[in-house]
Amino acid sequence: MKVYKYGANVDTDVIIPARYLNAPDPASLASHCMEDIDPDFASTVEEGDIIVAGPNFGCGSSREHAPLAIQSSGVKCVIAPSFARIFYRNAINIGFPIMECAEAAEEIGLEDKLTVDFKTGAIVNETRRKSYQSAPFPEFINEIVQEGGLLNSLKKRGLGK
Amino acid sequence: MGMTMTQKILAKAAGLDQVEAGQLVESKLDLVLGNDITTPVAITEFEKAGFTQVFDRDRIAIVLDHYTPCKDIKSAQLCMQARNFAQTHQITHFYDVGQMGVEHALIPEKGLAAPGEVIIGADSHTCTYGALGAFSTGVGSTDMAAGMATGLAWFKVPSAIKVVLTGTLRSHVSGKDVILHLIGTIGVDGALYQSLEFTGEGVSSLTMDDRFTISNMAIEAGAKNGIFPVDERTMEYINGRVSRSCEAFEADTDAVYDREVVIDLATLEPTVSMPHLPSNTKAIGEVEGLPIDQVVIGSCTNGRIQDLRIAADLMKGKKVAGNIRCIVIPATQEITLQAMKEGLVEIFLEAGAAVSTPTCGPCLGGHMGVMAEGERAVSTTNRNFVGRMGHVDSEIILASPAVAAASAIAGCVADPRSLSCHIKE
Repeated sequence: MKVYKYGANVDTDVIIPARYLNAPDPASLASHCMEDIDPDFASTVEEGDIIVAGPNFGCGSSREHAPLAIQSSGVKCVIAPSFARIFYRNAINIGFPIMECAEAAEEIGLEDKLTVDFKTGAIVNETRRKSYQSAPFPEFINEIVQEGGLLNSLKKRGLGK
Repeated sequence: MGMTMTQKILAKAAGLDQVEAGQLVESKLDLVLGNDITTPVAITEFEKAGFTQVFDRDRIAIVLDHYTPCKDIKSAQLCMQARNFAQTHQITHFYDVGQMGVEHALIPEKGLAAPGEVIIGADSHTCTYGALGAFSTGVGSTDMAAGMATGLAWFKVPSAIKVVLTGTLRSHVSGKDVILHLIGTIGVDGALYQSLEFTGEGVSSLTMDDRFTISNMAIEAGAKNGIFPVDERTMEYINGRVSRSCEAFEADTDAVYDREVVIDLATLEPTVSMPHLPSNTKAIGEVEGLPIDQVVIGSCTNGRIQDLRIAADLMKGKKVAGNIRCIVIPATQEITLQAMKEGLVEIFLEAGAAVSTPTCGPCLGGHMGVMAEGERAVSTTNRNFVGRMGHVDSEIILASPAVAAASAIAGCVADPRSLSCHIKE
């Protein structure tokens, strides 16, 4: 796995520029992911890589295309001190793991190997032999993520026709 | 413990007497909104999950406003998907080219948002309807799909920042300057996961169009919503637009706030946000004379009739500077008609500005004003992120309609109070 590291206020316009929103299929979104902030991202990212970023990750537009583009790129999760609220709920709703942890976000380096456990919120930096604890999700949200997203969980509850 | 205005609205919609910040609730929705970019993704998810019926065809609004009139074949396909869905499910409030407007100007105009209601929209600027005393917030496409299927959404009850407004605005200063000043003060994540609750004696002097602009950009401070108290101006606005019963909520006197910010409206200057964050604010005097290439007057933030009146007042009998492309976009058909009746469109055309049919177009770098490498715009839109209006090396300065109009005439960033400017090298 590799780490991609970005600064504060990474907005959804750089995660997936609006000029690509007319083709919302996951593969197309992934091919332009992070293009305006990191033109090499789409060609170098591999399954299981992790994005580590500064506060307010995913600010701006409500486009669910943003977490979808990252998820479709094969990224395993995003670790940041905080997430913009719409990105936060979009990630949960599509079953894409995000982890809030300021200390980990600051200390993790590009060369570090990480293991993460979404159930417990544990982040382990294998390279530096250091463990972090991210803010755990409430039970309600954990259920949504574990069901693979909001719609599956609503279906399971027998809501909607 | 007392509740904020937002907390009281959410509690009622969740069927609870009391809620507190941080609590997760599931609330009934009065309206579920989507546009031509987010609705197709919602439809795909809705159908993939096996839903076949919407919860209430009268409580869903679909507005094709972002890439319309369609800019290319892919956009046309997305609009067709939304159009077919609206037809299949007999969606009452479906707005296509000819009826549509920029959604957050259109929804209040059509009476689809009212005090005390709970509204979600798959568009981040859905927070606009807080101006009417509604709880409204931006969500993603999956939330829209869930809302369309069940009429429900989950929320983490927000804590709040109390924004106390005092005094009255001076000439050539408007709602845009208020919200840019606030974002500059608290930062782009200054209200993350929180409500902005506007209050104070200064509120009554703000027009509805000022309030729509202020609530619209609450998201640019990271806020979940930005809400105003309901007063005579609110009731005057909804009178004739909203016929259903609605409820005006007030914050409890002992409501708890995380923080209080006081803004004396009388001290505000025309304010702009420099690239590439809305919080990068400057008083106009600090950046006057900066060369620009394009001016955009429009969007869900500033495409309403008051905005056009302010711009036309400054542009009347004058010409857009030779080096400037000025694009004026009335936000809805009704606003366009009104602007024509008042002679505003004539003023813009005679000044050498382009006047467009309603569209979000240039605000998100979609079409109708995309910028080239190295170009700079003064724009009444809401975001100045890297690449937002086109090339990754173009720049956006966010401003009020007054600053934008003055800049179009001057040919550089200009102060509407003086309208004299020398381009700085």
